[in-house]
Amino acid sequence: MTEAYIYDACRTPRGKGRRDGSLHEVTSLALSARLLNAVKERNGLSGHAVEDVIWGNVTQVGEQGGCLARSAVLMSDLDEAIPGLSINRFCASGMEAVNLAANQVKGGAGQAYIAGGVEMMGRVAMGSDGAAIAVDPALALKSYFVPQGISADLIATEYGFTRAQADALAVESQRRAAEAWAENRFAKSIVPVTDQSGLTILDRDEYMRPGTTMEDLGKLKASFKDMGEVMPGFDKVALLKYPHLEKIEHIHHAGNSSGIVDGAAAVLVGSKEFGIAHGLKPRARIRATAKIGTDPTIMLTGPVPVTEKILRDSGMNISDIDLFEVNEAFAAVVLRFMQAFDVSPDKVNVNGGAMAMGHPLGATGAIIIGTLLDEMERRDLSTGLATLCIASGMGAATIIERV
Amino acid sequence: MTDFTYELGADGVAVITWDVAAKSMNVMSTEGLILLDQLIDQALADEACKGVIITSAKKDFAGGMDLNVIAQMRAGGAQTVFEGVMQLHGVLRKIERAGMDPKTLKGGKPIVTVLPGTALGIGLELPLATHRIFAADNPKAKIGLPEIMVGIFPGGGGTTRLVRKMGAMAAAPFLLEGKLSNPKAAKSAGLIDEVCEDPMAAARDWVLSVKDADLVKPWDAKGYKMPGGAPYHPAGFMTFLGASAMVHGKTMGVYPAAKALLSAVYEGALVPFDTALKIEARWFTNLLLNPSSFAMIRSLFINKEALEKGANRPQVEDQSVKKVGILGAGMMGAGIAYVSANAGIEVVLIDASQEAADRGKSYSTGILDKGIQRKKVTEEKKAEVLARITATTDYTALEGCDLIVEAVFEDPGVKAEVTAKAEAVIPETAIFATNTSTLPISSLAKASKRPEQFIGIHFFSPVDKMLLVEIIKGEQTGDVAVAKALDFVRAIRKTPIVVNDARFFYANRCIIPYINEGIRMVAEGVNPVLVENAAKLVGMPLGPLQLVDETSIDLGVKIAKATRAAMGDAYPDGAVDEVIFWMADQGRLGKKADAGFYTYAGGKRAGLWDGLADHYPQAEAQPELHEVQHRLLMAQVLEAVRAFEQGVLTDIREGDVGAILGWGFAPWSGGPFAWLDIIGAPRAVEICEALEATHGPRFNAPALLRDIADKGDSFYARFGGGQAAAAA
Repeated sequence: MTEAYIYDACRTPRGKGRRDGSLHEVTSLALSARLLNAVKERNGLSGHAVEDVIWGNVTQVGEQGGCLARSAVLMSDLDEAIPGLSINRFCASGMEAVNLAANQVKGGAGQAYIAGGVEMMGRVAMGSDGAAIAVDPALALKSYFVPQGISADLIATEYGFTRAQADALAVESQRRAAEAWAENRFAKSIVPVTDQSGLTILDRDEYMRPGTTMEDLGKLKASFKDMGEVMPGFDKVALLKYPHLEKIEHIHHAGNSSGIVDGAAAVLVGSKEFGIAHGLKPRARIRATAKIGTDPTIMLTGPVPVTEKILRDSGMNISDIDLFEVNEAFAAVVLRFMQAFDVSPDKVNVNGGAMAMGHPLGATGAIIIGTLLDEMERRDLSTGLATLCIASGMGAATIIERV
Repeated sequence: MTDFTYELGADGVAVITWDVAAKSMNVMSTEGLILLDQLIDQALADEACKGVIITSAKKDFAGGMDLNVIAQMRAGGAQTVFEGVMQLHGVLRKIERAGMDPKTLKGGKPIVTVLPGTALGIGLELPLATHRIFAADNPKAKIGLPEIMVGIFPGGGGTTRLVRKMGAMAAAPFLLEGKLSNPKAAKSAGLIDEVCEDPMAAARDWVLSVKDADLVKPWDAKGYKMPGGAPYHPAGFMTFLGASAMVHGKTMGVYPAAKALLSAVYEGALVPFDTALKIEARWFTNLLLNPSSFAMIRSLFINKEALEKGANRPQVEDQSVKKVGILGAGMMGAGIAYVSANAGIEVVLIDASQEAADRGKSYSTGILDKGIQRKKVTEEKKAEVLARITATTDYTALEGCDLIVEAVFEDPGVKAEVTAKAEAVIPETAIFATNTSTLPISSLAKASKRPEQFIGIHFFSPVDKMLLVEIIKGEQTGDVAVAKALDFVRAIRKTPIVVNDARFFYANRCIIPYINEGIRMVAEGVNPVLVENAAKLVGMPLGPLQLVDETSIDLGVKIAKATRAAMGDAYPDGAVDEVIFWMADQGRLGKKADAGFYTYAGGKRAGLWDGLADHYPQAEAQPELHEVQHRLLMAQVLEAVRAFEQGVLTDIREGDVGAILGWGFAPWSGGPFAWLDIIGAPRAVEICEALEATHGPRFNAPALLRDIADKGDSFYARFGGGQAAAAA
C-alpha cells in the first residue's frame, strides 16, 4: 500500500474571536484563500498539483456556508481544476481533513491533498448553524443531550478532578505557550495574516494571557453552574445517565477551557511519488488514523477510547509514543487522558494548547498535527500522537512518525 | 343520537348546541363528531346562515373526549387511530377555514364558541379551532388541556394551535403541566378571547359585525412568525434547548407523553400548519399505542373513576353520611374532621382534653386560612365549614352519628376503650370505623358489640392531600359497613380500595419491602446514591432512603420490633434491622431529627450522609442500574401479587389504582399489575429467577405469576374484565 506523508504544515496566528479581535476584519474566505496561497508558494505547487482541498469547518452557515472549500480554492491562486470539500466533524474537522487526505493517498485516490480547516468564531457564531441534537426532543432525550461545559464538569466529577488541578493545568498551558513564543518555536509554521496590499494584520497568537496565576483563575466563576443547577437544569439530565453520582462539580470556567478565536491551518499530504515529482522532502509519515463514537452525554472522553483504538489498530503501545498533543477543549479532557494512560505531563501539550492560544474549531485538528511535528523535529523524537475530543461524543487521533 | 342540534335564528345566526343525552357533562364521541361535521356543512351551505355559535345546553361546555372511544380506537391499531385523528383534524380545520377562499382568505362565515362553564380537552380544542371564544363569567369553570395528567397529550389540534397562538414557552404550562384556569385567568393567558355576563349576546354581536380579516388565524395569514421563535430562530433555539432538558429532568425520561408532545411541537413548528397537524396526529397515534400511556389512562382515569363510582360497592341502599364522630383529634383525626366538614358532613371531634380537641379543630382553620390567602376559599365558606365541627370531650355529643371514625393511638387497649365508650352512645345502626395502618381489624373488632358494623378505614397522611383511602374488611364486617365506608369516601372525594384484613393491609404491605430493599442494599455496600437514583429513574417519587427519612427511622424500628415479635423465627428482615437499629442508635431518626440517611440544612435535604459509607463501605463491584431497579420494583410488585393471590386484594384494578395513589408507585406503568402485563409475565418470572438466585427467596415468583406466564396470559386478560385487549 502507498504511504502518506506530511510535506508541509502551516497555520495563521490565532486572533481573539471577538469584535476587537485582530482577525475580525478578515473574511473566512480571505483567510482560507491566503493560507492556501501560502501552501502553494512554500511548496512551489503549480497547476493541478493536488487532488483536492479538504477543508474542515464546523459552523457552515453564512460566509462559511456554501462549500467554503471550493470558494476558497477559487479565491486562491490554486488551479480551478482542484475542487474543494468542506467537512464537519466538529472540533476534529481539521484533523479529519488530514486523516481523510492521508487515507485517500494510501488508497491510491490521488497523489496529494491540501487538508486543513478554518473557523472565524468571532464572525460566525458557534452554534449558529443549529443542531438537531440540542433541540429536537426525539434525539435530545434519547441521547441525554447536555452542553459541552456540563459534559466537561461531568468528566471532572466522574474521574475526580478538582478545580485546583484544572486551574494548575491552565496556568501551565499559559506558561508553556508564552515560553514557546519567546523561543520562536512556532516559526516554522506561522504564516502571518496580511491584507491585500501585503500589510500585516496579525503575526502572533493574541489570545494568550502570559503570567496567568492560580489566584487570577481563582477569581473566575464556574461557567456552567447556573445552566446545570438552575435553568434549565442540565445536571439532572446528565445524572439520569450517571445515576451513581449525587451531583456534578462545576469546575470549568473561561480560564481552564479553550478560547474562542479566529484562525486557519493547512497540511500538505502526499505520496512518496508526489514528493519526488515536486522535489519535496517528506517530514513525517502518517502512520495511523482513527475515529470513534462514545457516550454523547459525557461527550468529551473520546481521546481515551480513540487512542486505545489507534494503538490497537497499529499494533503499538502507549510507551511507543514520544510526544502528545491532546486538544485542550477543557482542562478535564487532558487530565482524563493523562490519568487513563498514566502519561507524564512533560510529554503532553509541551508548547501549551487551546486554553492559552484558543481553539478555532474547524482548524485546531490540523494545527495540533503541525505543532506536534514541529516539536518532534525540534526535540528529534520519532513518534507523536495527536487527539481531540469531539462534540456529540466522538474522538479522533493521528499518529505521525518522522522519516 | 342528537349530541348536537342546529337552529337558525331570524338574524341569520345559527346556534349549534351540544347536549349529550343521559350525561351530566358533554364528551365527544365518534358519532358526535360526524354529526357536528354535517351541521357545519349545513351552516356553510345555507345561504341564510351568516355565522355560527357553538355552545352547550349544559352548565359546562365539555369534559373532553370519551376515553372509551379512545380505547376502542386503540384496539383498531395504528391506522385506525391515525385516520380517526385526521378525521377530527378535518372537521376542526373546516371550522377554522369556514368556507373562505384559500387564496384571498375572504368569504368565510364566522364560527364562534360560547362556553357556559368548564371546557377541557377536546372541549377546548374545538373552541380553539373557532374564530373567537366567549366564556361566561363563571369562576368555578375550569378551562384547559389536562390530557398530560392521564398519560396522553392534546391530540385534537390543541397542541399545534396553542403553540402557534402563544409560542412554545407560553404554551408550556398548559400543555406540559395540564394547567387549568378559570375564565378570567384563561383570558389573560390568551387561551380564550372574552369573558362576559351574557356571552351569547356578545357572540351574536361579534358574528354579525365581523370582517373577513378577523376570521383569518395568524398561522393562515401571510408572514406568520411563531411567537418566541421557531426552533432555529436564536430565541426559539434556547427555548427548545431548555424545554427538552426540563422535560427530561422532570419526567426522568419515563413518561412517553411529554416526549411525544415535545416532538409534535418541535417538528410541527418547522412546517406549515396543515403538515403540523399531520405530525401531531402521528405522534398522538404512536403515543396511544404505547403500553405505558394506555396503562395510565386505564388506571388513572377509567378505573379510578370506576372505583370512585362504587365498582366494588355491595348492593345496599344509600349510606350517605350525615353526622360523623371522630375519636381522637391528633394529626389524623384533625385531617379527617377537615375533609368531612369540607364535604358538608356534620362532625363531632372528640379528644381526652378540650384543649386537644380544639387544637384538632384549629387544623381546619389553618387549612381554610391558607385557602383564603390563595383566593380558593371565601370567609363565608370558612365559617360554614368550621361551624360543622364540634370539638368536645363529651361522648354524649356522638348521639345521632351514623358513622364513627376512631383515630386514637395505635394501641389496641386504647382503641378498645374508646370503642366501648362510643358504642354506649351511638345509634345501633351506626357504623364504627377504625383508622389504623398496622393493627388487624378482626382483633380490634372484638372490642365491638357489633362486629358486622365494624370496619377499618386507613387514611394516608396528610389526610387532606392524599388521594387514597384503604377500606379494610374484618372477618365479620358486613355489606352495610362496606357501603357506608365507600359512601363516606365518595363524599370526601377520595378514591377507595376495599381489601381484606391481613398484616399491613395492601399499601404498607408493599411499601415496607421497598424501603427494606433499599436498606438491604446499603448494608451490602451498594452506593446509596445509585439506590436512590435507580428508584427515581424507574418513576418512584422518592427513593427508599428518602422515604424512610420522611416517615422516620424510629417508626421503622417500632414496626420492625412488632413484626419480629409477631412472626418469630420466620422474620426475614434481620439485615434491614441491623441498619435501622444502628441508625436509631446514632440518633439519626430521619428528617424530623435533621439527620437520617440524608443530612439536612434547615429542614432541607443536603445530600446523603457521608457517615454511612464509613459504617457500610461501598463495595468495589457495584451492581448494574437495572439490577437495582428490578430489586426495588419487584420488592413491591411481588408483594402486590401475593396480596392478590392470598385474597387480601380482590380486584387488580384496586391494586393498580391504589399503588399509584397510595404510595406513588411508578405512575407511568399504570400500577404493579399493569407493569407486569407490559413486560409480560414470562419476562417477570425470568427477572424473579435471576434475583432469587442472587438475593434469596423473597424474590421467588408467586405461583399465580408463574401460571400466567405458563399459559401466555396477562393479569388484565384474566382478571381485568375485558380491559386487556387494548393493553396488549
